[in-house]
Amino acid sequence: MTKMICIACPVGCHLLVDDEMHVSGNKCMRGEKYAIEEMTHPTRILTTTVKTTSLLTPRLSVKTKDPIPKELIFEALQLLEGIIIDNDVKIGDVVIPNILNTGIDMVATKSVTINPFH
Amino acid sequence: MKKDLVIIGGGAAGLAAALSANHPDIHILVIEREKALGGILNQCIHNGFGLHVFKEELTGPEYASRYMDEFLKMNIEFLLDTTVVDVKKNDDFELTVSSFENGLFKINAKAVILSSGCYERTRGSIAIPGERPKGIMPAGSAQRYLNMDGYLVGKRIFILGSGDIGLIMARRMTLEGAKVLGVAEIMPYSNGLTRNIVQCLNDFDIPLYLSHTVTNVKGKDRLEQITIQEVDSQFNPIENTEKNFDVDTLLLSVGLVPDISLFDSLDFKRDAVTKSAVVNQFYETSVSGLFICGNALHVHDLADYVSVESEKAGKSAQKYILNSKEPSKQIHPIEFNSNIRYVVPQLIDFDQFKDSIDLSFRVSKKMDSAIFKIMQNGQVISTKRAKNLAPAEMEKINLKSVTLVDQSPISLILEEVIL
Repeated sequence: MTKMICIACPVGCHLLVDDEMHVSGNKCMRGEKYAIEEMTHPTRILTTTVKTTSLLTPRLSVKTKDPIPKELIFEALQLLEGIIIDNDVKIGDVVIPNILNTGIDMVATKSVTINPFH
Repeated sequence: MKKDLVIIGGGAAGLAAALSANHPDIHILVIEREKALGGILNQCIHNGFGLHVFKEELTGPEYASRYMDEFLKMNIEFLLDTTVVDVKKNDDFELTVSSFENGLFKINAKAVILSSGCYERTRGSIAIPGERPKGIMPAGSAQRYLNMDGYLVGKRIFILGSGDIGLIMARRMTLEGAKVLGVAEIMPYSNGLTRNIVQCLNDFDIPLYLSHTVTNVKGKDRLEQITIQEVDSQFNPIENTEKNFDVDTLLLSVGLVPDISLFDSLDFKRDAVTKSAVVNQFYETSVSGLFICGNALHVHDLADYVSVESEKAGKSAQKYILNSKEPSKQIHPIEFNSNIRYVVPQLIDFDQFKDSIDLSFRVSKKMDSAIFKIMQNGQVISTKRAKNLAPAEMEKINLKSVTLVDQSPISLILEEVIL
């Protein structure tokens, strides 16, 4: 038996996973999926920012479109360290495709106009 | 300048209120003090927003942009980089407004929605002993510096208070290369959402010291060391439990307070617990035509709840402007027992009670299992079971007008069930 708290949404259900991977305590299907993933290969959505050349918006917020393996998070951050955005970006635009060969894109979570006075 | 409705604050609350108040016959103006709409959502780059409203998981900026896109489509007037500095009320509201571009000017409005959010409690609010070096700041300020401006405020961090912003910042600073040595919480339980304990602290092995607080601060210029101590049930530090941490930054996540000081001169009825106005189910204060919603009314855990509440406030303001209403005679406060800290709205106007009302409230202690009862005139008119209740998580209960017995006061009773 493993006890855990679901992080799929802010409700935070208290989950129980038995040795045969039966999940209980979840109020929705996301809880079951989360518990099994957490027991086998934990993943997280990574949210952070990258540098831009815009004076008004010096940082662009980004996220992995889907969760990536937990152990890749710091490696992914290292990769983002070198990125500088110098072109206009729209929300949802891909900033890094297929990050660390996970098949998952890093996308912008806001729109940035590099030089709004032009 | 003359407007029907002025909305003060263009964040989660103000945008949702503006969208629902919008009507061809109503001139709305939204006033925002920052250079962009979206409010505090812009610096909340983490995910977890939108699960209730949009049924998908969004980051703060994404959640804000959904509302901004709708808002911009409707061509509602707004002013950025503009601050309201004074409010007077005669028949209409008279706002004194200031901006770099337009200087000082006046706006008259029939109704006002205050959606100005909340501010963070600082070191001064909780009187931390010790020296006064730099490096001690509210967690939300550090969040803004990091996520908006790109400055990491320190390398070795300790966090006082387990509110959500503190937990989110523990993870955020760790991801950016800082070492977070721990989080101290004076209460015997966490004050943040449990999911944030899991994904922000446990994921990175950051220790949480429950029943602990900071009892000393050392540092001549920059912060050098803090001392934490365990506290007893009366919150007095226990001797010989001192632990020292060499840190350059202490982030405070010790509570948020609704920011309504602008309206102090209007003298409306206040709630000592929420530290904001007393409102009825239309989110209208005791000052006719003044509505309050979002974190300016009471501090919410979720932006989604702010949006839902603010839509209702916007709708109410719209009705207020379009219809002249009869003064109500049957207004009663909602009563509640000591297991509940506060209930919003505080008042029910029974003459205008149609459909249903969402009662938002917080419990006063942690409970594994409990039953809510809504009582009227000695009868239980509705019950709801609940599990894992905590003061950190806002509860909601829906009160339907069809369940009412008469127009006598409602009371909300929470009974703990010991298993």
